[in-house]
Amino acid sequence: MKQASLLSAAAAAALLLAGCGEQAATVTLNGAGASFPDPVYQAWTYIYSQANNTTVNYQSIGSGAGINQIKGGTVDFAGTDAPLSREEIAESKLTQFPMVTGAVTPIVNVAGVGPGQLKLSDEVLAKIFMGRITKWNDAAITALNPGLALPEQDILVVYRSDSSGTTNIFTEFLTDRDADWATTVGAGKSVKWPTGLGGQKNPGVCNNVQQNSGSIGYTEYTYAIESKLTTVQMRAADGSWVNPDSTKWPLVGTTYLLVRDDIPADKKAALQAYVSWCFSPDAAAKATELHYTPLTAAQARQSRFFLGALKDAFVK
Amino acid sequence: MRASAWSDPVFRWLCMACAALCGLLMVAFFVQLAFASGEAWSRFGLNFFVSTEWDPVRHVYGALPAIAGTVCTTVIALVIALPLAFVSALFIVDAPPWLSRVLGQAVDLLAAIPSIIYGMWGLFVLVPLMDRLWVALGVDNAFGGIGLLTSSLILSLMILPYICAVMRDVLRMTPPMLRESAFGVGCTRWETARDILMRYGIRGLLGGIFIGLGRALGETMAVLFVAGNIMKVPTGLLDGCTTIAATLANNFAEAEGVQRSALFALGLILLVMAFVIQVLAQYYLRMTGAKRGEK
Repeated sequence: MKQASLLSAAAAAALLLAGCGEQAATVTLNGAGASFPDPVYQAWTYIYSQANNTTVNYQSIGSGAGINQIKGGTVDFAGTDAPLSREEIAESKLTQFPMVTGAVTPIVNVAGVGPGQLKLSDEVLAKIFMGRITKWNDAAITALNPGLALPEQDILVVYRSDSSGTTNIFTEFLTDRDADWATTVGAGKSVKWPTGLGGQKNPGVCNNVQQNSGSIGYTEYTYAIESKLTTVQMRAADGSWVNPDSTKWPLVGTTYLLVRDDIPADKKAALQAYVSWCFSPDAAAKATELHYTPLTAAQARQSRFFLGALKDAFVK
Repeated sequence: MRASAWSDPVFRWLCMACAALCGLLMVAFFVQLAFASGEAWSRFGLNFFVSTEWDPVRHVYGALPAIAGTVCTTVIALVIALPLAFVSALFIVDAPPWLSRVLGQAVDLLAAIPSIIYGMWGLFVLVPLMDRLWVALGVDNAFGGIGLLTSSLILSLMILPYICAVMRDVLRMTPPMLRESAFGVGCTRWETARDILMRYGIRGLLGGIFIGLGRALGETMAVLFVAGNIMKVPTGLLDGCTTIAATLANNFAEAEGVQRSALFALGLILLVMAFVIQVLAQYYLRMTGAKRGEK
């Protein structure tokens, strides 16, 4: 008897819930991909889902996996740090637009060096990560840092062991700035590192740098702040030395969103609303708070990777 | 119709189907891995086994560093875990019942700890400890506690409970009369353990070792955290290294094209390694069976 009444109560509750769902007509958007923008995407999707009739989910599974999923049609949108080429976009019938930019920063653990004290030029950075500069008191480093007492200590390079968009941004930068790096190592989500040891994801790199005196690594700026790691100064385009919180910081990466051109109409409307909110001042403020650099829709439209049949429908 | 008239054949077929499924799955794994790794084999050929190159930018891949890392960590882990597992199994079998039960359950609990926990413990506790140890000993350690030896230590800790649990059961199965006779003719405890228990249960003991070996070969997360993930053949105990399983975990999510195929090829190599070890072990036991007095 008791069981029967329980069952009927459950059935009634289920009916009630189903009814509610129909009335509210909630749309669920599922996204997956790049881990580099994950902190800001999590904040955005949470805030947006709270205030609107749309539930947006984002899983950080990696850019490559995200691209595979959007091509397979298992997600509604995908995030990628390495943009697809014009040909690939046309071939797989996708639309691509930039969402947000973020800084990648070298992090160091050297005795006597505080945050933002050490200056590293592009060339020195490349040489350190190639294993050509092996001591912290190398003439090339001390020449850039006349006032800083640098120890005679071996440099331990720490890199991302898993393939990642952060590595892509970092190696693209070095490939762009240093001809030697371009020919010996090159750029990619994972590369053949000439020296050093690998850490698992951003937290792994941060932990390895924290634990090993004399080490240098690279990570997304948010993680560097969270882990209270020592960041360095780099040279901006105008030749001045800047910290990673500056708008002139040279080592930045843009992260993109991918949408299928055959997205169903209801999901398309919901995703359009979400994307246009992402370019709003509210969303931009949240991104800035998380140490990303937000883009305006106008800036996004200027990107050379702003591609695809639906691009004008999504970023106006 | 009486139940027994049809229940036996049904049960028989059910068992056969389940057993066949295991076999089929195994074959399917081989076929799938061989199929998916085709591109890598046709591109690199047998050179894949001896090449130390792993360059995702230029799409050149070789398996030697991962194979070497896997073999080294596994062998060192076994060397550490084996004596420990054997003596703890011996002690647990001979200990007073209440102590034996407590210790036995503690060992079983070790086996239930997820490997990620071992990995985190390794990274946050064991690695700094090892680092301090090498600094105190004045040994030059470029990688700060991370590397081959630390990975092997973690692995040995992880496989110890498996080996110990199997050994414990095997030792318990030795007929008491054999042990009592041994004591009766004046054997010491060690002589009894070596000449009676070990000989009687050699098949089971080796079985325990191979369970541990299989686990060590394929262990991923714990090694990933402490190995250093360096695509080079380790030349010393303190060198950073990588293993096949760790390489797969690091690269699989983002891999495309040739790299994906090369990763499948690594997976195939791992599966073949485990398979060959099993076959060789069975073969060895059969060959030496006569010497141990088995028929």
